[in-house]
Amino acid sequence: MLDMIIDFFVIGAKIGLILLPLILAVAYTTYAERKIIGYMQMRLGPNRVGPKGWLQPIADVIKLLMKEVVVPSGSNKALFLLAPILFIAPSFAAWAVIPFDVELALANSDVGLLYILAMTSIAVYGVIIAGWASNSKYALLGSLRSASQIISYEIAMGFALVGVLMASGSMNLGEIVKAQDGGLLHWFWIPLLPLLVIYWVSGVAETNRAPFDLPEGESEIVAGFHVEYAGISFALFFLAEYANMILISVLTTLFFFGGWLNPFQGIPFVEEVTGWIPGIAWLLLKAGFFLFLMIWLRATFPRYRYDQIMRLGWKVFIPVTVVWLMILTFMIKAGVGPWFTGRGVL
Amino acid sequence: MSKLKHFFKSFTLRDLLTGLRITGKHLWRRKVTIQFPEEQTPQSPRFRGLHALRRYPNGEERCIGCKLCEAVCPAAAITIDAGPRQSDGTRRTTRYEIDMFKCIYCGFCEESCPVDSIVETRVMDYHFEKRGDHILTKAQLLAIGDKYEEQIAEDRRQDAKYR
Repeated sequence: MLDMIIDFFVIGAKIGLILLPLILAVAYTTYAERKIIGYMQMRLGPNRVGPKGWLQPIADVIKLLMKEVVVPSGSNKALFLLAPILFIAPSFAAWAVIPFDVELALANSDVGLLYILAMTSIAVYGVIIAGWASNSKYALLGSLRSASQIISYEIAMGFALVGVLMASGSMNLGEIVKAQDGGLLHWFWIPLLPLLVIYWVSGVAETNRAPFDLPEGESEIVAGFHVEYAGISFALFFLAEYANMILISVLTTLFFFGGWLNPFQGIPFVEEVTGWIPGIAWLLLKAGFFLFLMIWLRATFPRYRYDQIMRLGWKVFIPVTVVWLMILTFMIKAGVGPWFTGRGVL
Repeated sequence: MSKLKHFFKSFTLRDLLTGLRITGKHLWRRKVTIQFPEEQTPQSPRFRGLHALRRYPNGEERCIGCKLCEAVCPAAAITIDAGPRQSDGTRRTTRYEIDMFKCIYCGFCEESCPVDSIVETRVMDYHFEKRGDHILTKAQLLAIGDKYEEQIAEDRRQDAKYR
Protein backbone atom coordinates (compact mmCIF):
# COMPACT_ATOMS: atom_id res chain seq x y z
CA MET A 1 0.00 0.00 0.00
CA LEU A 2 2.75 2.42 1.00
CA ASP A 3 4.62 1.54 -2.19
CA MET A 4 1.60 2.51 -4.23
CA ILE A 5 1.31 5.87 -2.53
CA ILE A 6 5.00 6.60 -3.03
CA ASP A 7 4.74 5.54 -6.67
CA PHE A 8 1.76 7.80 -7.08
CA PHE A 9 3.67 10.82 -5.84
CA VAL A 10 6.81 10.00 -7.81
CA ILE A 11 4.79 9.75 -11.02
CA GLY A 12 2.96 12.94 -10.11
CA ALA A 13 6.27 14.73 -9.64
CA LYS A 14 7.51 13.43 -12.99
CA ILE A 15 4.33 14.66 -14.70
CA GLY A 16 4.87 18.03 -13.09
CA LEU A 17 8.48 18.06 -14.30
CA ILE A 18 7.26 17.59 -17.86
CA LEU A 19 4.15 19.78 -17.78
CA LEU A 20 5.48 22.88 -16.01
CA PRO A 21 8.37 23.46 -18.42
CA LEU A 22 5.95 22.65 -21.24
CA ILE A 23 3.49 25.34 -20.18
CA LEU A 24 6.33 27.79 -19.78
CA ALA A 25 7.59 26.81 -23.23
CA VAL A 26 4.11 27.40 -24.64
CA ALA A 27 4.01 30.87 -23.11
CA TYR A 28 7.36 31.77 -24.62
CA THR A 29 6.50 30.16 -27.96
CA THR A 30 3.74 32.74 -28.30
CA TYR A 31 6.30 35.44 -27.52
CA ALA A 32 8.78 33.97 -30.00
CA GLU A 33 6.07 33.76 -32.62
CA ARG A 34 5.04 37.37 -32.28
CA LYS A 35 8.64 38.49 -32.23
CA ILE A 36 9.77 36.42 -35.23
CA ILE A 37 6.73 37.22 -37.36
CA GLY A 38 7.18 40.86 -36.41
CA TYR A 39 10.81 40.78 -37.50
CA MET A 40 9.92 39.08 -40.77
CA GLN A 41 7.45 41.88 -41.42
CA MET A 42 10.15 44.43 -40.51
CA ARG A 43 8.38 45.34 -37.28
CA LEU A 44 9.74 45.05 -33.75
CA GLY A 45 7.07 42.86 -32.17
CA PRO A 46 6.10 43.17 -28.50
CA ASN A 47 8.73 45.18 -26.60
CA ARG A 48 6.88 47.15 -23.93
CA VAL A 49 6.26 44.75 -21.03
CA GLY A 50 9.55 44.13 -19.27
CA PRO A 51 12.99 44.33 -20.92
CA LYS A 52 12.59 43.62 -24.65
CA GLY A 53 9.04 42.48 -23.97
CA TRP A 54 10.14 39.41 -22.04
CA LEU A 55 7.19 39.65 -19.65
CA GLN A 56 4.60 39.94 -22.42
CA PRO A 57 3.40 36.31 -22.18
CA ILE A 58 3.01 36.65 -18.40
CA ALA A 59 0.90 39.77 -18.89
CA ASP A 60 -1.19 37.93 -21.48
CA VAL A 61 -1.79 35.04 -19.12
CA ILE A 62 -2.87 37.35 -16.31
CA LYS A 63 -5.20 39.19 -18.66
CA LEU A 64 -6.82 35.96 -19.85
CA LEU A 65 -7.21 34.59 -16.33
CA MET A 66 -8.95 37.73 -15.13
CA LYS A 67 -11.46 37.82 -17.96
CA GLU A 68 -14.99 36.55 -17.59
CA VAL A 69 -15.89 33.17 -19.07
CA VAL A 70 -18.93 33.96 -21.15
CA VAL A 71 -21.29 31.04 -21.78
CA PRO A 72 -23.67 31.82 -24.65
CA SER A 73 -27.33 31.48 -23.65
CA GLY A 74 -28.19 29.10 -26.50
CA SER A 75 -25.25 26.80 -25.88
CA ASN A 76 -25.07 23.38 -24.32
CA LYS A 77 -23.38 24.48 -21.12
CA ALA A 78 -21.84 21.21 -19.96
CA LEU A 79 -20.33 20.38 -23.35
CA PHE A 80 -19.32 23.98 -23.91
CA LEU A 81 -17.15 23.89 -20.81
CA LEU A 82 -15.98 20.32 -21.39
CA ALA A 83 -14.67 20.98 -24.91
CA PRO A 84 -11.52 22.94 -24.04
CA ILE A 85 -10.58 20.25 -21.53
CA LEU A 86 -11.11 17.55 -24.14
CA PHE A 87 -8.91 19.52 -26.48
CA ILE A 88 -6.04 20.14 -24.10
CA ALA A 89 -5.94 16.80 -22.26
CA PRO A 90 -4.70 14.69 -25.21
CA SER A 91 -2.10 17.24 -26.21
CA PHE A 92 -0.64 16.99 -22.70
CA ALA A 93 -1.16 13.24 -22.39
CA ALA A 94 0.83 12.59 -25.56
CA TRP A 95 3.97 13.80 -23.76
CA ALA A 96 3.91 10.71 -21.55
CA VAL A 97 5.76 8.52 -24.06
CA ILE A 98 8.23 11.10 -25.38
CA PRO A 99 11.81 10.02 -24.59
CA PHE A 100 13.89 13.09 -23.75
CA ASP A 101 17.14 11.16 -23.44
CA VAL A 102 18.26 7.55 -23.20
CA GLU A 103 15.84 5.97 -20.69
CA LEU A 104 14.45 9.40 -19.83
CA ALA A 105 10.72 9.02 -20.50
CA LEU A 106 7.67 9.00 -18.27
CA ALA A 107 6.40 5.79 -19.86
CA ASN A 108 8.73 3.65 -21.96
CA SER A 109 5.85 2.11 -23.87
CA ASP A 110 6.28 -0.46 -26.65
CA VAL A 111 3.27 0.97 -28.47
CA GLY A 112 4.35 4.59 -28.06
CA LEU A 113 3.81 5.38 -31.71
CA LEU A 114 0.23 4.10 -31.71
CA TYR A 115 -0.42 5.98 -28.49
CA ILE A 116 0.82 9.21 -30.09
CA LEU A 117 -1.38 8.67 -33.13
CA ALA A 118 -4.38 8.00 -30.91
CA MET A 119 -3.78 11.04 -28.72
CA THR A 120 -3.24 13.48 -31.58
CA SER A 121 -6.45 12.25 -33.26
CA ILE A 122 -8.60 12.40 -30.15
CA ALA A 123 -8.11 16.15 -29.88
CA VAL A 124 -10.49 16.62 -32.80
CA TYR A 125 -13.38 15.72 -30.50
CA GLY A 126 -12.62 18.82 -28.46
CA VAL A 127 -12.84 20.91 -31.62
CA ILE A 128 -16.07 19.33 -32.85
CA ILE A 129 -17.77 19.55 -29.46
CA ALA A 130 -16.62 23.14 -29.02
CA GLY A 131 -18.08 24.08 -32.40
CA TRP A 132 -21.33 22.26 -31.86
CA ALA A 133 -21.94 23.25 -28.23
CA SER A 134 -21.37 26.94 -28.99
CA ASN A 135 -24.61 27.02 -31.00
CA SER A 136 -23.06 29.47 -33.45
CA LYS A 137 -22.86 29.09 -37.23
CA TYR A 138 -19.24 30.19 -37.47
CA ALA A 139 -18.17 27.85 -34.72
CA LEU A 140 -19.98 24.96 -36.36
CA LEU A 141 -18.44 25.70 -39.77
CA GLY A 142 -15.01 25.91 -38.18
CA SER A 143 -15.37 22.62 -36.38
CA LEU A 144 -16.65 20.89 -39.55
CA ARG A 145 -13.64 22.13 -41.44
CA SER A 146 -11.37 21.01 -38.66
CA ALA A 147 -12.87 17.54 -38.57
CA SER A 148 -12.55 16.92 -42.28
CA GLN A 149 -9.05 18.36 -42.35
CA ILE A 150 -7.78 16.27 -39.46
CA ILE A 151 -9.31 13.07 -40.85
CA SER A 152 -7.78 13.69 -44.29
CA TYR A 153 -4.32 14.41 -43.01
CA GLU A 154 -4.41 11.69 -40.39
CA ILE A 155 -4.18 9.12 -43.19
CA ALA A 156 -1.12 10.64 -44.82
CA MET A 157 0.44 11.12 -41.40
CA GLY A 158 -0.24 7.49 -40.47
CA PHE A 159 1.31 6.28 -43.71
CA ALA A 160 4.37 8.43 -43.13
CA LEU A 161 4.72 6.88 -39.69
CA VAL A 162 4.39 3.40 -41.22
CA GLY A 163 7.57 4.28 -43.08
CA VAL A 164 9.31 5.17 -39.82
CA LEU A 165 8.03 1.95 -38.33
CA MET A 166 9.40 -0.13 -41.20
CA ALA A 167 12.75 1.63 -41.10
CA SER A 168 13.23 1.26 -37.38
CA GLY A 169 11.36 -2.02 -36.82
CA SER A 170 9.83 -0.82 -33.58
CA MET A 171 6.91 1.17 -32.22
CA ASN A 172 8.82 2.16 -29.10
CA LEU A 173 9.89 5.79 -29.55
CA GLY A 174 13.15 5.14 -27.72
CA GLU A 175 13.93 2.21 -30.01
CA ILE A 176 13.11 4.34 -33.06
CA VAL A 177 15.73 6.85 -31.99
CA LYS A 178 18.26 4.15 -31.16
CA ALA A 179 17.80 2.69 -34.65
CA GLN A 180 19.15 5.99 -36.02
CA ASP A 181 22.36 5.80 -34.00
CA GLY A 182 25.57 6.78 -35.79
CA GLY A 183 25.55 10.46 -36.67
CA LEU A 184 23.89 12.94 -38.98
CA LEU A 185 23.92 10.71 -42.06
CA HIS A 186 22.47 7.73 -40.22
CA TRP A 187 19.27 9.50 -39.28
CA PHE A 188 16.10 8.59 -41.13
CA TRP A 189 15.66 11.95 -42.81
CA ILE A 190 17.68 10.81 -45.83
CA PRO A 191 15.95 7.55 -46.74
CA LEU A 192 12.57 8.89 -45.61
CA LEU A 193 12.88 12.40 -47.02
CA PRO A 194 9.48 12.49 -48.81
CA LEU A 195 7.83 10.98 -45.76
CA LEU A 196 9.52 13.59 -43.58
CA VAL A 197 8.08 16.41 -45.69
CA ILE A 198 4.63 14.79 -45.69
CA TYR A 199 4.74 14.13 -41.96
CA TRP A 200 5.77 17.69 -41.28
CA VAL A 201 3.13 19.26 -43.50
CA SER A 202 0.45 16.94 -42.12
CA GLY A 203 1.60 17.84 -38.63
CA VAL A 204 1.18 21.52 -39.40
CA ALA A 205 -2.27 20.75 -40.82
CA GLU A 206 -3.19 18.70 -37.73
CA THR A 207 -2.33 21.50 -35.37
CA ASN A 208 -4.52 23.86 -37.43
CA ARG A 209 -1.61 26.16 -38.04
CA ALA A 210 -1.15 28.54 -40.95
CA PRO A 211 -1.25 27.88 -43.90
CA PHE A 212 -3.80 25.24 -42.88
CA ASP A 213 -5.67 27.33 -40.32
CA LEU A 214 -9.04 27.04 -42.05
CA PRO A 215 -10.82 25.96 -38.84
CA GLU A 216 -9.90 29.36 -37.43
CA GLY A 217 -9.93 31.33 -40.67
CA GLU A 218 -10.39 34.69 -39.00
CA SER A 219 -11.06 36.47 -42.30
CA GLU A 220 -13.84 34.07 -43.27
CA ILE A 221 -15.45 32.62 -40.16
CA VAL A 222 -14.26 35.03 -37.47
CA ALA A 223 -12.28 32.65 -35.23
CA GLY A 224 -13.84 29.34 -36.21
CA PHE A 225 -14.60 26.83 -33.51
CA HIS A 226 -13.53 29.05 -30.61
CA VAL A 227 -15.45 32.24 -31.48
CA GLU A 228 -17.65 31.98 -28.43
CA TYR A 229 -14.87 31.28 -25.96
CA ALA A 230 -13.39 33.93 -23.71
CA GLY A 231 -11.03 34.13 -20.78
CA ILE A 232 -9.57 30.95 -19.40
CA SER A 233 -11.57 28.63 -21.68
CA PHE A 234 -10.10 30.41 -24.68
CA ALA A 235 -6.68 30.25 -23.06
CA LEU A 236 -6.98 26.45 -22.89
CA PHE A 237 -7.53 26.24 -26.66
CA PHE A 238 -4.61 28.54 -27.20
CA LEU A 239 -2.40 26.55 -24.84
CA ALA A 240 -3.36 23.27 -26.52
CA GLU A 241 -2.59 24.60 -29.99
CA TYR A 242 0.89 25.65 -28.98
CA ALA A 243 1.49 22.49 -26.96
CA ASN A 244 0.59 20.56 -30.12
CA MET A 245 3.05 22.63 -32.14
CA ILE A 246 5.82 21.77 -29.72
CA LEU A 247 4.73 18.13 -29.70
CA ILE A 248 4.83 17.87 -33.51
CA SER A 249 8.27 19.49 -33.54
CA VAL A 250 9.60 17.04 -30.96
CA LEU A 251 8.03 14.08 -32.75
CA THR A 252 9.57 15.09 -36.08
CA THR A 253 12.89 15.24 -34.32
CA LEU A 254 12.40 11.81 -32.78
CA PHE A 255 11.21 10.11 -35.96
CA PHE A 256 13.51 11.63 -38.55
CA PHE A 257 16.31 13.55 -36.87
CA GLY A 258 17.66 11.18 -34.30
CA GLY A 259 16.00 12.60 -31.17
CA TRP A 260 18.60 13.09 -28.48
CA LEU A 261 21.52 11.81 -30.62
CA ASN A 262 24.57 13.93 -31.21
CA PRO A 263 24.70 14.93 -34.90
CA PHE A 264 28.51 14.81 -34.92
CA GLN A 265 28.65 11.17 -33.88
CA GLY A 266 31.31 9.35 -35.87
CA ILE A 267 33.28 12.44 -36.87
CA PRO A 268 36.61 11.91 -35.07
CA PHE A 269 37.45 15.24 -33.44
CA VAL A 270 34.10 17.06 -33.21
CA GLU A 271 32.45 14.12 -31.50
CA GLU A 272 34.78 14.34 -28.49
CA VAL A 273 34.46 18.12 -28.25
CA THR A 274 30.66 18.01 -28.24
CA GLY A 275 30.46 14.84 -26.17
CA TRP A 276 29.63 16.66 -22.93
CA ILE A 277 26.39 18.10 -24.29
CA PRO A 278 23.47 16.15 -22.77
CA GLY A 279 21.04 14.41 -25.11
CA ILE A 280 18.07 16.48 -24.02
CA ALA A 281 19.85 19.63 -25.17
CA TRP A 282 20.22 18.17 -28.67
CA LEU A 283 16.56 17.18 -28.66
CA LEU A 284 15.42 20.64 -27.62
CA LEU A 285 17.76 22.30 -30.11
CA LYS A 286 16.42 20.24 -33.00
CA ALA A 287 12.81 20.64 -31.88
CA GLY A 288 13.42 24.37 -31.51
CA PHE A 289 14.47 24.53 -35.14
CA PHE A 290 11.21 22.90 -36.23
CA LEU A 291 9.22 25.20 -34.01
CA PHE A 292 10.95 28.11 -35.69
CA LEU A 293 10.12 26.59 -39.07
CA MET A 294 6.46 26.42 -38.10
CA ILE A 295 6.45 30.13 -37.24
CA TRP A 296 8.41 30.83 -40.41
CA LEU A 297 5.75 29.03 -42.45
CA ARG A 298 3.06 31.14 -40.84
CA ALA A 299 4.89 34.34 -41.69
CA THR A 300 5.33 33.24 -45.29
CA PHE A 301 2.33 31.45 -46.75
CA PRO A 302 -1.24 32.59 -47.32
CA ARG A 303 -4.05 30.33 -46.20
CA TYR A 304 -5.04 27.46 -48.49
CA ARG A 305 -8.47 27.34 -50.04
CA TYR A 306 -10.64 24.52 -48.69
CA ASP A 307 -10.63 22.44 -51.90
CA GLN A 308 -6.86 22.90 -52.22
CA ILE A 309 -6.36 21.43 -48.78
CA MET A 310 -8.47 18.40 -49.64
CA ARG A 311 -6.67 17.98 -52.98
CA LEU A 312 -3.26 18.14 -51.31
CA GLY A 313 -4.23 15.64 -48.65
CA TRP A 314 -6.00 13.04 -50.77
CA LYS A 315 -4.53 13.36 -54.25
CA VAL A 316 -0.91 14.20 -53.48
CA PHE A 317 0.14 13.09 -50.03
CA ILE A 318 -1.53 9.68 -49.85
CA PRO A 319 -0.29 8.46 -53.29
CA VAL A 320 3.21 9.78 -52.60
CA THR A 321 3.43 8.02 -49.25
CA VAL A 322 2.22 4.71 -50.73
CA VAL A 323 4.78 4.91 -53.54
CA TRP A 324 7.57 5.74 -51.13
CA LEU A 325 6.60 2.90 -48.83
CA MET A 326 7.16 0.54 -51.77
CA ILE A 327 10.53 2.10 -52.55
CA LEU A 328 11.39 1.85 -48.87
CA THR A 329 10.54 -1.84 -48.87
CA PHE A 330 13.06 -2.43 -51.65
CA MET A 331 15.66 -0.33 -49.86
CA ILE A 332 15.26 -2.35 -46.68
CA LYS A 333 15.24 -5.68 -48.50
CA ALA A 334 18.39 -4.66 -50.37
CA GLY A 335 19.97 -3.53 -47.11
CA VAL A 336 20.87 -0.09 -48.37
CA GLY A 337 23.48 1.37 -46.02
CA PRO A 338 24.12 2.93 -43.64
CA TRP A 339 20.52 2.79 -42.48
CA PHE A 340 19.44 -0.73 -43.27
CA THR A 341 22.74 -2.66 -43.38
CA GLY A 342 22.45 -6.10 -41.89
CA ARG A 343 18.72 -6.24 -42.41
CA GLY A 344 18.69 -6.97 -46.15
CA VAL A 345 17.75 -10.36 -47.54
CA LEU A 346 18.67 -9.89 -51.19
CA MET B 1 6.99 18.82 -71.32
CA SER B 2 5.45 21.66 -69.36
CA LYS B 3 3.56 19.07 -67.36
CA LEU B 4 6.84 17.38 -66.48
CA LYS B 5 8.33 20.73 -65.56
CA HIS B 6 5.39 21.49 -63.33
CA PHE B 7 5.73 18.06 -61.74
CA PHE B 8 9.35 18.63 -60.75
CA LYS B 9 8.69 22.20 -59.72
CA SER B 10 5.94 21.21 -57.32
CA PHE B 11 7.67 18.16 -55.90
CA THR B 12 10.93 19.95 -55.18
CA LEU B 13 8.81 22.61 -53.37
CA ARG B 14 10.60 25.30 -55.35
CA ASP B 15 7.96 28.00 -55.02
CA LEU B 16 7.58 27.38 -51.33
CA LEU B 17 11.33 27.57 -50.73
CA THR B 18 11.52 30.83 -52.68
CA GLY B 19 8.85 32.27 -50.42
CA LEU B 20 10.63 31.06 -47.32
CA ARG B 21 13.87 32.60 -48.54
CA ILE B 22 12.24 36.03 -48.89
CA THR B 23 10.78 36.02 -45.39
CA GLY B 24 14.03 34.56 -44.07
CA LYS B 25 15.92 37.50 -45.54
CA HIS B 26 13.49 40.00 -44.07
CA LEU B 27 14.14 38.59 -40.61
CA TRP B 28 17.54 40.31 -40.68
CA ARG B 29 16.45 43.54 -42.37
CA ARG B 30 16.46 46.84 -40.54
CA LYS B 31 13.15 47.37 -38.72
CA VAL B 32 11.04 50.34 -39.71
CA THR B 33 8.97 50.63 -36.54
CA ILE B 34 8.88 54.09 -34.97
CA GLN B 35 8.41 53.85 -31.20
CA PHE B 36 5.82 56.58 -31.02
CA PRO B 37 5.98 58.44 -27.75
CA GLU B 38 9.79 58.35 -27.73
CA GLU B 39 10.36 58.72 -31.46
CA GLN B 40 8.28 60.71 -33.89
CA THR B 41 8.08 60.99 -37.63
CA PRO B 42 9.17 64.36 -39.04
CA GLN B 43 6.29 66.81 -39.40
CA SER B 44 5.71 69.41 -42.09
CA PRO B 45 5.21 73.04 -41.00
CA ARG B 46 1.88 72.72 -42.81
CA PHE B 47 0.75 69.89 -40.53
CA ARG B 48 -2.96 70.11 -39.78
CA GLY B 49 -3.74 69.03 -36.23
CA LEU B 50 -5.58 70.50 -33.27
CA HIS B 51 -7.16 73.92 -33.86
CA ALA B 52 -6.21 77.14 -32.11
CA LEU B 53 -7.26 80.80 -32.12
CA ARG B 54 -4.36 83.27 -32.21
CA ARG B 55 -3.80 86.69 -30.65
CA TYR B 56 -1.76 89.72 -31.77
CA PRO B 57 1.47 90.33 -29.83
CA ASN B 58 -0.33 93.03 -27.79
CA GLY B 59 -2.77 90.45 -26.49
CA GLU B 60 -5.76 91.41 -28.65
CA GLU B 61 -7.54 88.44 -30.22
CA ARG B 62 -7.20 88.32 -33.99
CA CYS B 63 -10.65 87.04 -34.84
CA ILE B 64 -13.01 89.71 -36.19
CA GLY B 65 -16.06 87.47 -36.49
CA CYS B 66 -16.26 87.52 -40.33
CA LYS B 67 -17.62 83.94 -40.34
CA LEU B 68 -15.67 83.00 -43.49
CA CYS B 69 -14.43 79.84 -41.77
CA GLU B 70 -17.93 78.91 -40.74
CA ALA B 71 -19.08 79.37 -44.33
CA VAL B 72 -16.24 77.39 -45.91
CA CYS B 73 -16.23 74.52 -43.44
CA PRO B 74 -17.29 71.44 -45.48
CA ALA B 75 -18.25 69.50 -42.36
CA ALA B 76 -20.18 72.39 -40.78
CA ALA B 77 -18.12 71.92 -37.64
CA ILE B 78 -17.75 75.62 -36.76
CA THR B 79 -20.45 77.66 -35.03
CA ILE B 80 -20.00 81.44 -34.62
CA ASP B 81 -22.08 84.20 -33.04
CA ALA B 82 -20.72 87.71 -33.45
CA GLY B 83 -21.51 91.20 -32.32
CA PRO B 84 -19.97 94.48 -31.05
CA ARG B 85 -17.81 94.13 -27.96
CA GLN B 86 -19.14 96.01 -24.97
CA SER B 87 -15.90 97.73 -23.94
CA ASP B 88 -14.95 99.33 -27.29
CA GLY B 89 -17.70 98.43 -29.76
CA THR B 90 -15.42 96.49 -32.16
CA ARG B 91 -16.87 93.47 -33.92
CA ARG B 92 -15.91 90.28 -32.09
CA THR B 93 -17.20 86.74 -31.73
CA THR B 94 -19.38 86.04 -28.73
CA ARG B 95 -19.31 82.33 -29.46
CA TYR B 96 -16.72 80.37 -31.41
CA GLU B 97 -17.08 76.61 -31.20
CA ILE B 98 -15.55 73.75 -33.18
CA ASP B 99 -17.10 70.30 -33.01
CA MET B 100 -13.97 68.12 -33.18
CA PHE B 101 -15.98 65.03 -34.08
CA LYS B 102 -17.30 66.73 -37.20
CA CYS B 103 -13.99 68.31 -38.18
CA ILE B 104 -12.19 66.57 -41.05
CA TYR B 105 -8.95 68.57 -40.69
CA CYS B 106 -9.09 69.90 -44.25
CA GLY B 107 -7.54 73.24 -43.29
CA PHE B 108 -10.05 75.34 -45.24
CA CYS B 109 -10.83 77.46 -42.16
CA GLU B 110 -7.17 78.35 -41.84
CA GLU B 111 -6.92 79.21 -45.56
CA SER B 112 -10.05 81.32 -45.52
CA CYS B 113 -9.10 83.37 -42.45
CA PRO B 114 -8.19 86.95 -43.48
CA VAL B 115 -6.40 87.70 -40.19
CA ASP B 116 -4.63 84.33 -39.59
CA SER B 117 -6.72 83.83 -36.47
CA ILE B 118 -7.98 80.25 -36.72
CA VAL B 119 -5.04 77.92 -37.37
CA GLU B 120 -4.28 74.25 -37.10
CA THR B 121 -1.33 73.38 -34.88
CA ARG B 122 0.99 70.41 -35.03
CA VAL B 123 -0.65 68.79 -32.00
CA MET B 124 -2.14 65.48 -33.05
CA ASP B 125 -2.20 63.30 -29.91
CA TYR B 126 -5.09 64.58 -27.84
CA HIS B 127 -8.24 63.03 -26.47
CA PHE B 128 -11.54 63.85 -24.78
CA GLU B 129 -12.47 62.34 -21.45
CA LYS B 130 -16.11 63.33 -21.04
CA ARG B 131 -19.15 63.42 -23.28
CA GLY B 132 -19.41 66.95 -24.67
CA ASP B 133 -15.67 67.63 -24.34
CA HIS B 134 -15.31 67.33 -28.09
CA ILE B 135 -16.83 70.79 -28.60
CA LEU B 136 -13.98 73.25 -28.18
CA THR B 137 -15.11 76.68 -26.96
CA LYS B 138 -13.60 80.05 -27.74
CA ALA B 139 -11.76 80.16 -24.42
CA GLN B 140 -10.26 76.71 -24.95
CA LEU B 141 -9.18 77.56 -28.50
CA LEU B 142 -7.55 80.80 -27.38
CA ALA B 143 -5.76 78.91 -24.60
CA ILE B 144 -4.38 76.42 -27.11
CA GLY B 145 -3.26 79.35 -29.23
CA ASP B 146 -1.46 80.94 -26.28
CA LYS B 147 0.25 77.67 -25.42
CA TYR B 148 1.66 76.96 -28.90
CA GLU B 149 2.00 80.55 -30.22
CA GLU B 150 5.78 80.27 -30.72
CA GLN B 151 5.50 77.14 -32.86
CA ILE B 152 2.48 78.50 -34.77
CA ALA B 153 4.25 81.78 -35.59
CA GLU B 154 7.40 79.97 -36.70
CA ASP B 155 5.41 77.65 -38.99
CA ARG B 156 3.53 80.61 -40.55
CA ARG B 157 6.83 82.43 -41.11
CA GLN B 158 8.33 79.42 -42.91
CA ASP B 159 5.28 79.03 -45.09
CA ALA B 160 4.81 82.79 -45.74
CA LYS B 161 6.57 82.91 -49.11
CA TYR B 162 4.28 80.27 -50.57
CA ARG B 163 1.05 82.01 -49.54
